[in-house]
Amino acid sequence: MAKITYIEHDGTEHVHDGKTGLSVMEVAVKNNVPGIDADCGGACACATCHVYVDAAWLDKTGDRSAMEESMLDFAEGVEPNSRLACQIKITDGLDGIVVRLPESQH
Amino acid sequence: MTSADAHVVIVGAGHAGGTLAALLRQYGLAGEITLVGEESIPPYQRPPLSKAWLKGEADAESLALKPLEFYAGNRIDFRPSVRGVSIDRARKVLALSDGSELAYDILVLATGARPIRLPIPGADLGGILELRTAADAEALKAALGPGRTMAVVGGGYIGLEAAASARALGADAVVLEREPRILARVAGEVLSNFFRQVHEGHGVRFLTGASVTGFRGEGGKVTGVELADGRVIDCDLALVGVGAVPNQELAQEAGLAVNRGVVVDLEARTSDPAIFAIGDVTLRPMPIYGRDFRMESVPNALEQAKQVACAITGRPAPAGETPWQWSDQYDIKLQIAGYNFDSDQSLVRGDPASGHFAIFHLKGDQVQAVEAINSPPEFMMGRQLIGSRRPVDKQRLADTSVSMKEVAAA
Repeated sequence: MAKITYIEHDGTEHVHDGKTGLSVMEVAVKNNVPGIDADCGGACACATCHVYVDAAWLDKTGDRSAMEESMLDFAEGVEPNSRLACQIKITDGLDGIVVRLPESQH
Repeated sequence: MTSADAHVVIVGAGHAGGTLAALLRQYGLAGEITLVGEESIPPYQRPPLSKAWLKGEADAESLALKPLEFYAGNRIDFRPSVRGVSIDRARKVLALSDGSELAYDILVLATGARPIRLPIPGADLGGILELRTAADAEALKAALGPGRTMAVVGGGYIGLEAAASARALGADAVVLEREPRILARVAGEVLSNFFRQVHEGHGVRFLTGASVTGFRGEGGKVTGVELADGRVIDCDLALVGVGAVPNQELAQEAGLAVNRGVVVDLEARTSDPAIFAIGDVTLRPMPIYGRDFRMESVPNALEQAKQVACAITGRPAPAGETPWQWSDQYDIKLQIAGYNFDSDQSLVRGDPASGHFAIFHLKGDQVQAVEAINSPPEFMMGRQLIGSRRPVDKQRLADTSVSMKEVAAA
């Protein structure tokens, strides 16, 4: 279990508990957090769950896969701390993680 | 129209209906929302039913769009196991299969589509399955296992995904396709041939040009599939995946415009301004192709849910989208952008033998559609090119030493 803070582009915060094994995307979608569309449901096929991981947590979320890297390369507003939330699996070590959402998902 | 305190009734609790209910709350609708579903469980994702779920890599909790308590917690009156049976448009009342009535200010039809059933002898035997609902998937999973043989009637994406999952579960699979090649209705020849080779490499057998005329059985259970040429293909179960038809009867009987689907505009509104329709049941305009058609895809269901949520809550309509879809089979990710209408040339970028390539379908120098195999850059940039209608340099597009970003920038 991990507490996850999602911060919308306008600064609105949403804090939710995420079960180990779910993804950061799934917890957002199941709690109706605005700003994460996740059109493909986690198949790493659409790049509509783009988030910015807060610097303090970047190491703990692991590396991008080649597929994720490739999808992100064509998303808008990509930064070094950009990830696809569907590819970040929740572990106890991520308790307290903060992710920020882009203005839109395209 | 802004209807902040309207009572919205959504008929059909699939991906489209469930997403719309959640979006309406996310967008601030204050009024009542009633979500009516024929199935016994709250809305869930159907795509994994033939893929991760069938292979045991996803559970019911991960399939659900939202946990059950989400609905009550967000004042969404979710009513399972009940169908809409008729609409009284003058009184704005929906009659339900349990005999009750629901008054609405805004009605949304999200009734989806249903698998086509073959009107052939033996079609009602046990062990002849279809794959649309979670219950269908449970039955299929229970019937699969090591040593079992599944006959797949119809070489479309559902059948192929199920065949791949069956192989992962140790079952044999034989695909029976009426056309000369698999995926004939939905993909070009290069992609058809590629997928056939991949599946054959995993031990799936194919019979093309195979017209199924009946099923054989023993003790009420299917034991074989009969072909027009007299051959009988032995099997322990048969999965029929030969397309779907829209559940448009409710709309049709209410006098709404229907034409191979419920006819809607770019806001997903039907011919009655108080009634919208979304998802697989709709025939909708797609401006980039200058035509109306019916799409059976999750991205379309989500897009139309957004259109309706915006229309009801008075938000600006979402920007026009480029349709897309995906399929996972074995370690292959297929991403398709656009629809292959009116193309005069198909161009392959990359070598199919490498397992990473893309097929661009072009009309003049505009991209109409792209089928990308394990090639996200081609999919992502192709999708943008389809939407923008920008001309491309075909020679550069065919040259993998020129990156997709460079192709698009030219």
